[in-house]
Amino acid sequence: MDALIEKLKEQIIEQLNLAEVKPEDINPDASLFGDGLGLDSIDALELIVLLEKHYAIKIQNPADGKKIFESVRTMAEFIKSQGKA
Amino acid sequence: METVITSYCRITNSVLIINGEKLTLEPKETGQQQLTDIYKRLEIQYPKFHKMDGLCKLGVLATEAALMHSGFLERHQPDSIAILLSNKSSSLDTDRTHQHSISNKDNYFPSPSVFVYTLPNIVIGEIAIKHKITGENAFFVAEKFDSKLLAEQNLTLLKQNQVSAVISGWVDYENGNLDALIYLTEIVPNSIKNSKFKPLNDLTIKQLYY
Amino acid sequence: MPEVFTSYNSVISPLGFNTKDNLSALLNHSIGIKSVQFGKLNEWFCLSKIDNTDIQNHHASIKHHELFTKLELLSVLSIQDVLNQSGVSLKEPNTLLIYSTTKGNIDLLEKGTYADIPEQRVYLSEMANFIGNYFEAANTPLVISNACISGLLAIINAKRLIDAGLYETIIVCGGDLVTEFTVSGFKSFNALSTIPCKPFDEARDGINLGEAVASLIVTKNSLLKTEKSLRIVNGASANDANHISGPSRNGDGLFKAISDTFKNYQNIKPDTINAHGTATPYNDEMESIAFERCSLTNVPVNSLKGYYGHTLGAAGVLETIVAIESAHINQLISSAGFSHKGVSGNIEVIKSHQHSTINHVLKTASGFGGCNAAALFSKF
Repeated sequence: MDALIEKLKEQIIEQLNLAEVKPEDINPDASLFGDGLGLDSIDALELIVLLEKHYAIKIQNPADGKKIFESVRTMAEFIKSQGKA
Repeated sequence: METVITSYCRITNSVLIINGEKLTLEPKETGQQQLTDIYKRLEIQYPKFHKMDGLCKLGVLATEAALMHSGFLERHQPDSIAILLSNKSSSLDTDRTHQHSISNKDNYFPSPSVFVYTLPNIVIGEIAIKHKITGENAFFVAEKFDSKLLAEQNLTLLKQNQVSAVISGWVDYENGNLDALIYLTEIVPNSIKNSKFKPLNDLTIKQLYY
Repeated sequence: MPEVFTSYNSVISPLGFNTKDNLSALLNHSIGIKSVQFGKLNEWFCLSKIDNTDIQNHHASIKHHELFTKLELLSVLSIQDVLNQSGVSLKEPNTLLIYSTTKGNIDLLEKGTYADIPEQRVYLSEMANFIGNYFEAANTPLVISNACISGLLAIINAKRLIDAGLYETIIVCGGDLVTEFTVSGFKSFNALSTIPCKPFDEARDGINLGEAVASLIVTKNSLLKTEKSLRIVNGASANDANHISGPSRNGDGLFKAISDTFKNYQNIKPDTINAHGTATPYNDEMESIAFERCSLTNVPVNSLKGYYGHTLGAAGVLETIVAIESAHINQLISSAGFSHKGVSGNIEVIKSHQHSTINHVLKTASGFGGCNAAALFSKF
């Protein structure tokens, strides 16, 4: 799980062009949106692309994204639950 | 009252000129690296910068540099400032990135954060957001830097009293080539004399571009 | 100062190759949107596309038509149509062509689309110059590329340039195609509806992309005044300064654009609003709030996206032309796809075609980059 979380952090930084953020700056339990990393609606769509590209997971209903993308940990748990990690 | 250019910034891959003060830039491997370098030089703190495409980064940097120490934003309400920009290649640099992401049906991943930058006027939006500027907008595309077009558009807008000031110029980014001139135009009372102010016309704009 | 007004026009869309056919199609409730398979992945999309065989039936009048891209061909046909009707020539030094587009010849980036056309014409100015040269234009065409407000902005700009005395007559041409470029991009944004779009409706779930080319003459030359001519009273643009892809929740930018348009014309009350109405949840909601804030609550509103889809850079010109035609026959055109109001702003969406005196029309548009535009047109 921890390895997946670390990998996800790097992928998020790369996919979302978070140039000033380092993996160790991201608390895996902190909120990705709002006060946490401060991601916005485009980033949310971009995270859907990330899951599709790197983990072959398709999210059909973007509304589901809200729960999945709560934090890096929830993302990792979701990927695991899909048997893709 | 007089319509004048009160501040400007010119950026290419090799120079950064702010109101006549010229700084030679060291060559960098990529245009993006040069943009990051200028960002650091100008000591701007704006994390959103890194998410932007090259065109927006260039436009935002040139605007920030022109605004610095200009007093422009203190003299004008954000709702009466217009942003009028122009370039040659529209958003082609990012268009090509998006096209590449859909060129292979077995590796077909269009990216929303790329696609959103496939419009040239997004750079106007980024500048507007940074300073909450809500006045008139327009993006023009021309074959080459066109000082006549800019002068006509600036004067028309100011004379017809749509706004009190304009952020204007040329912002082109393609294949790592940086080519920007941003200048600030205002109507100032004749009583305010400043030797650095330049009359707004075709010729002045042309001279600033060189 | 002589008044600036609209003159002859031309619309090319899936609903017809001239304005007359388009208008009768609209009055007959025809829509251009169809479910088709599209792109490399052969997925199903609802799109409003111009049939290639229709183009072939019309391009015979153009010499060496194989050297033109699809958008250039359609643009030349549309501009030729308004020149023929009006007798205006772009060779005159006091005339100008303003071309409004978001993506122009973007299909040139897709390898193999055209055999003999240089990729250079993917540059918007190259494309506009190519079209201008066809008509031996005296002045270099002006290209406006400002997302979805491009077309309306081009009309507003034409009025201003004429008011400033720089030109007498301006031909505003707006055009954009449905391409894999835009379809895949809007799909990644999750912005596409899989059914014909439903502007302002409670069940709306996104846009349909559409293609069209539309041309409108804007002039102060009284010899070009027609029975359909409307004065361009005023227009304005404004930025939300909020987000590059999402509109301001409370319609700030649109509110400002409309307020600025009416600043010196508060005595005028529009008889109808031709809105942007893309059928995305946020856009339509934002528009309804802006209209209510402008006290336009009982003014009949329509969106033409349910007929034509979103035609991007063409939309402002196309929709203004339909508004001009609808004012001429004093007929409010229904907002196709609308049945139950699904926006919180108190607005009156036109459910069915109806006769009504139309003297003043408000046209609005909003787009990516936080941009908004509004323009007011009045009968003489």
